[in-house]
This record gives sequence, structure tokens and C-alpha cells, in this order.
Amino acid sequence: MSSVRVLVGTRKGAFILTSDGKRQKWDVAGPHFAGWEIYHVKGSPVDKNRLYASQSSGWFGQQIQRSNDAGKTWEPVGNKFVYEGVPGTHQWYDGTPHPWEFKRVWHLEPSLDDPDAVYAGVEDAALFHTTDGGQSWAELPGLRGHGSGPHWQPGAGGMCLHTILIDPGNPKRMFIAISAAGAFRTDDAGRSWRPINRGLKSQGIPDPEAEVGHCVHRIAQHRSRPDVLFMQKHWDVMRSDDAGDTWREVSGNLPTDFGFPIDVHAHEPETIYVVPITSDSYHYPPDGKLRVYRSRTGGNEWEALTKGLPQRDCYVNVLRDAMAVDALDHCGIYFGTTGGQVYVSADAGDNWTAIVHDLPAVLSVEVQTL
Amino acid sequence: MVRVALPAHLKTLASVSDEVELQVAAPVTQGRVLDALEARYPMLRGAIRDHVTLERRPFVRFFACARDLSHERPDAPLPEAVQSGTEPFLVVGAMAGG
Repeated sequence: MSSVRVLVGTRKGAFILTSDGKRQKWDVAGPHFAGWEIYHVKGSPVDKNRLYASQSSGWFGQQIQRSNDAGKTWEPVGNKFVYEGVPGTHQWYDGTPHPWEFKRVWHLEPSLDDPDAVYAGVEDAALFHTTDGGQSWAELPGLRGHGSGPHWQPGAGGMCLHTILIDPGNPKRMFIAISAAGAFRTDDAGRSWRPINRGLKSQGIPDPEAEVGHCVHRIAQHRSRPDVLFMQKHWDVMRSDDAGDTWREVSGNLPTDFGFPIDVHAHEPETIYVVPITSDSYHYPPDGKLRVYRSRTGGNEWEALTKGLPQRDCYVNVLRDAMAVDALDHCGIYFGTTGGQVYVSADAGDNWTAIVHDLPAVLSVEVQTL
Repeated sequence: MVRVALPAHLKTLASVSDEVELQVAAPVTQGRVLDALEARYPMLRGAIRDHVTLERRPFVRFFACARDLSHERPDAPLPEAVQSGTEPFLVVGAMAGG
């Protein structure tokens, strides 16, 4: 029988949750890197024992950890993230120029065909790449060097590059997203990039044609249709059917269209999931009810999924990288909360149970189907 | 032999359980001690001082012989008691975070 391995990054370490295909009984291992912030843990799709973890600390900076045995043991690898050339400036919160400064790695995206190749999305926003299993990292400077770079501005969480999608059918095409610059696409393996934000409308940006400045929280894609993208923006859930060239809103009947994560069912490319959050001022679910919303129509028509989730007095948040799906026949959906719960649904969202209740605040959730 | 005491998180990172002992050629300075430390434990590069500028990270402090050496020049000689191994060179994570 197949099994699953859930990789959880938290404010105080990493945890690995494993179960058989029934996803009812779970083993919990961790904390790995106890006491450190683990922004992201992700496995190589071609070598599922090869894991990478972003480990950081306000005191001791950034580390990258690598495992060759599915997280039983780890070794620190390269942690030198140096911007290519003269770093230059972006806009600070008050609109003044501010030097680019490396702070941490938010997201690690292993290559689809090489376990030693990984992309890293960092704060202040840039994209790095390794081809030697993390020993050395080099920036892909074409992104930060895009002419709009000096106009990028951090969101409240920092100017982070948090989303990296590799087109499964075209290895030269990638999508990334930055808070609060927006979404970008490369069609030449990262040498050059262009903003793909047409159709996004953001309060505070009066120009509807603004090339950058949108606070994109997360983008998701189904492997079978890489030109169809779903976006949870600061406000608004958006959809593109042309690889980001244009976007249209699909928030529909959501109780609020503010939120962080968005993901796509493993086998149904029009079935998508979000977790509505009250607002940018109130980072918790509306009415104290934790509800995942599912659309089976690619947006606009949404249903609340509540069975097994707390429906009173719940004031957690679900962060942008804290939702994932497995690829079992009955697709499993997973998400973690800032309250330390990791929930699983083994039936595409109809019913939920908590795998763990009391982890540190969850920053990221990834799933490997084994 | 110079003794270096690391904070708990860096001991874990470097897989050491106690003080580290390093051979450091004279003159024994803060910079040379950190060079020797990072040569023995490459995973500590970037964790105590910046990779490129070699400036001390803001929330890392250096102490020895009941003195705060955090703002000493990297090429200033360390106290004799540190050079002789009588006293350890302390790398400390600053108390911060509320």
C-alpha cells in the first residue's frame, strides 16, 4: 500500500509525520533542528529520500540542511547566499530606497528531474539555484535585475520570494511570486523575467495597469495544465488560463477573499482549495470558524468544508506555504495552523482530523506520496 | 591551544558537545580564532559573522575574562588568558526577543 510523508516546518523546528495510505494512524518524528525557524522542508520528486530544509534564526542566520535518508539524518550544506553584482536598492516601507539585504530562505523548490538541483526563493526577494545538492548557491540575477526591481516594496512579512512553480512540460518556464511585487514568469530558464500581473487589482494601487506592486500570497498549478494558474492574492482569489498573461477574479461566494494558501486537487485540475481569513487586519478565520473552501469549478462557486474542523472560538491563521495535497487515489488535503495543528482530510476535504494538535506555529506543509 | 565556548544552537549545528579547542597561530586575535573555528567547522560560516564582510552578526556577542569583546577590532590581540587556554573565548547569543 502507498504511504505518505508530511514535512512540517514550524517556528521551533521541523516535524515529519508518516502514515500508510489510510491516513488514520500517524507517526510523528521531531523536532528536527529544535529551536530554529524552519520556513520550508521539501523533498526531491525524483529521489524521495532526498530532503532539503531551510533553517534560520534571528541570531545565527540561515542554514540549509539536506537529508539523504528521508529525514532520519541531516547534514548542513551551503548557506552562502550572496547577490550577484552590486545589490542595488528596492523601496522601503516609506518609499525611500533601501539596500537589498539577504535575510532568509522562504521556499525551496527541488528540480523535477535532478535531486541535486534546487531553487531557493529568498528575502529580500531573489531567486537562487544550486546544482550540487546545496553545497553552493548562485543567484539568477535576471529576476532582481528586472527594470522594476527598484520599485519593489516589502509586504508586512518582508519582501519574500515565496512561490516557485516549475512548468512540468517546459523546463525553461517557471513562475515565481514576491510579496509585494507580484508574479513573474521566465521562458528562458531564468535568464529573463517579465511581470505577469495584468488583471490584478489592489486597493492602494490606483493604476489598474500597474506592472508591479501587487501583494501575491500564493500561486498554485496542476501538473496536467501548467498554463492554468490559481492565485490567492492579499485580497481576491484569481485565475489565469494563459500562463499568467491575464488574470480574472474567481472569489465568487467566498465569505472573505483574503487569505494565504491555495492549492489544487491532485487529480481534478478544476478543484481548488483556499482558507478564507477575515481580513488583513484580523488574521484569523471569520466568526471563529475554521473553514476550508473548495471549488469544483475552478473558482467562483465555493463550498465550506467544516467536518472535523473547529467551528467556534478558533483564531488561528494558515500561512501561505502551509497547505499541500497528496497524490493517492483518494486525494488527501493537508494544512497547518499558527496554533500548531496539522489537519488532514483523506477524502478531498469532506472530513478532517488533526494529525497533531500542539506543534509550534506551522510555517509550511509539504507532502510526499510514497 | 585556544578554547572556544559556543552557544547551544551552534554546538548542535557543529555536532560538538563541549568547548572547542583550536590551534591558532600568534598573534591570537578574534579574527584568527574565528578563521580557525570556521575552518574546522565550515557549517558555522555565516552563523557568527557575515560571509562576505566578516562583520559580527548583530545578535552574536564575544566575551572573555569577564570582558565584552564584541566591539574589539578583529585584529586586536585577545587577552593573554585566552591565548594560553586558561580562559575560554565565549561566543554568546544575545539575550533578545522579549
